[in-house]
Amino acid sequence: MKILVLISNVPDTTTKIRFTGDNTAFDTSGVQWIINPWDELALTRAVELKEAGAVEKVVVANVGEKITEPTLRKALAVGADEAIRVDTEPKDSYFVAKQLAQVAKDFDIILAGIEASDYNGSAVGGMLAEILDIASVSAVSGLNIENGELSVNRDIDGGSQVLSINTPVVLIVQKGIAKEPRIPAMRGIMMARKKPLNVVPAVDAEPRTKFVKFELPPPKAACKMVDEDNAKELIRLLHEEAKVI
Amino acid sequence: MNFDLTEEQQMIRDTVREFAEREVKPVASELDKKQEFSYDLTKKMGELGLFGMNVPHEYGGQGMDTLSYIIAVEEIARVDGSTAATLAAHNSLGISPLLEYGTEEQKHKYIPQLCTGEALWSFGLTEPEAGSDSRGTKTTAKLVDNEWVINGSKIFITNGATKITKGCTVQAVTGVKDGKKIFSTIIVETGTPGFTQKVMHDKMMWRASNTAELYFDDARVPAGNLLGKEGEGSHIMLHTLDGGRLSIGAMGLGLAQGAFEMALEYAKERKQFGKPLTKFQINAFKLADMALKIELARNLLYKACWLKDNGRPYGKEAAMSKLYCSEVANEVAYEAQQIHGGYGLMKDYDIERFYRDQRLLQIGEGTSEIQRLVISRHIGC
Repeated sequence: MKILVLISNVPDTTTKIRFTGDNTAFDTSGVQWIINPWDELALTRAVELKEAGAVEKVVVANVGEKITEPTLRKALAVGADEAIRVDTEPKDSYFVAKQLAQVAKDFDIILAGIEASDYNGSAVGGMLAEILDIASVSAVSGLNIENGELSVNRDIDGGSQVLSINTPVVLIVQKGIAKEPRIPAMRGIMMARKKPLNVVPAVDAEPRTKFVKFELPPPKAACKMVDEDNAKELIRLLHEEAKVI
Repeated sequence: MNFDLTEEQQMIRDTVREFAEREVKPVASELDKKQEFSYDLTKKMGELGLFGMNVPHEYGGQGMDTLSYIIAVEEIARVDGSTAATLAAHNSLGISPLLEYGTEEQKHKYIPQLCTGEALWSFGLTEPEAGSDSRGTKTTAKLVDNEWVINGSKIFITNGATKITKGCTVQAVTGVKDGKKIFSTIIVETGTPGFTQKVMHDKMMWRASNTAELYFDDARVPAGNLLGKEGEGSHIMLHTLDGGRLSIGAMGLGLAQGAFEMALEYAKERKQFGKPLTKFQINAFKLADMALKIELARNLLYKACWLKDNGRPYGKEAAMSKLYCSEVANEVAYEAQQIHGGYGLMKDYDIERFYRDQRLLQIGEGTSEIQRLVISRHIGC
């Protein structure tokens, strides 16, 4: 059984967000890039399954330019066997899904994070399944493989659901798929250099959306402290200023 | 000139930082309070591969360069001095002399286990009456019936008495020639009759690291436990300390970095007279000076590592790095605590621990005075 883990290269969550080009593009200068946190959990689970002997091979794939290679190397250091980079700037979810479709054909399981922490599109996994014409399961919070049979846990309103799924399948995974993201060991870092990182050219695809404008949220107002014995003032502020009661 | 880290070195920094933040930082204060050596963290550092980073693969290590190792020590020291001490002492003083001077048999016997985090090794040099003056060593080893019979004691030995300490490389006087002591280094395994290890308590700093007194009372080990050649002890010691100085430098640099980050964050949040502390020039300039000193310390230390990795002489730069990084740690921790004001004196704030921990760095593995002596000799004084 072979797993493909889709890896999105995203800015570190503590990055100060700035824009260029009259607020139409994200300013990438000085940004520290990381593996999208949900993808990192997916990768962790994939590597665990490989170590348990349930999976033969774990491959990671990303759509991005050369700057995303350190992120892919980290995925290799964590334990993926191979990496694929589709060499183009990711433009929108459809465009990315089209690019991934060309490299995702020969896998039994494709793991996609439920969203990427940059644009939070939550669309690539579903689109990819559609393009490949295979099944997809969303909101997956657990994956087990026994004797080649997949058992998948989903969180649903007020409870959870266990599904048995045929492969090939796209699993769109969220928190819970692995306990915590795995930190690569020193040995993994040294081995990562020797593992293949294949660069493939992009296929023709027209993005379906384009960025018109970015806006930063309004700055947070200062916190107002109200004396503990002045409940009336607190109620007045909540009513007249915050307008929540 | 190229100041970029390699992709691996950058990944090592990110990885060790993540490990330090996730595993070490949350428990460091409590371990310090309880004076508790953490076997759990030691094991986890072993699993991560932080022991034996410079050891070739064939002996169970990672085969990485000096700079990679120094970055790892720096990142651990950025959150905790005690844990960094365990790491740096084991690698630089425990493993390193065995690797550099051991016979193939000795290397294969001891080193693989020492790279796992399940076993530690110490370096016994300092004695109650032999600190900076290491030639004052009184511990003796006499060859009797093909065995070394060792008598004497050692003090302030890091990792010397944990439950997983498998032994110690001991510096001893093995004879006198032309009125001068002959020094040799001898491998003494834990459990050798006559060899006692005793934990030292109530340290001001590095309270969660293991510091020991070692006693040798007719302790007998096979003649084959000699490390290197007889009479080579001083050379082995000086060479080991050259490498050790880089890791103490890394501890100073990491501590300074951690203290600086705490101070900057605190100064941005803390308001007095209606504005954050950073908006008072006196604090802003203090923070600017800290950043400057840390940058200089890092450049000097990394250059010394580069020299070592490229097979160039690095003794002078190692002494300079140790001296400068440890003094920068002192200055930065002092000002960082000053910025914290009264809160900085409370154990709830990590800066309190950092201020205590930095104090060792100007004393251990060659005092600042000895570093100046080493540098002055290098420049021909």
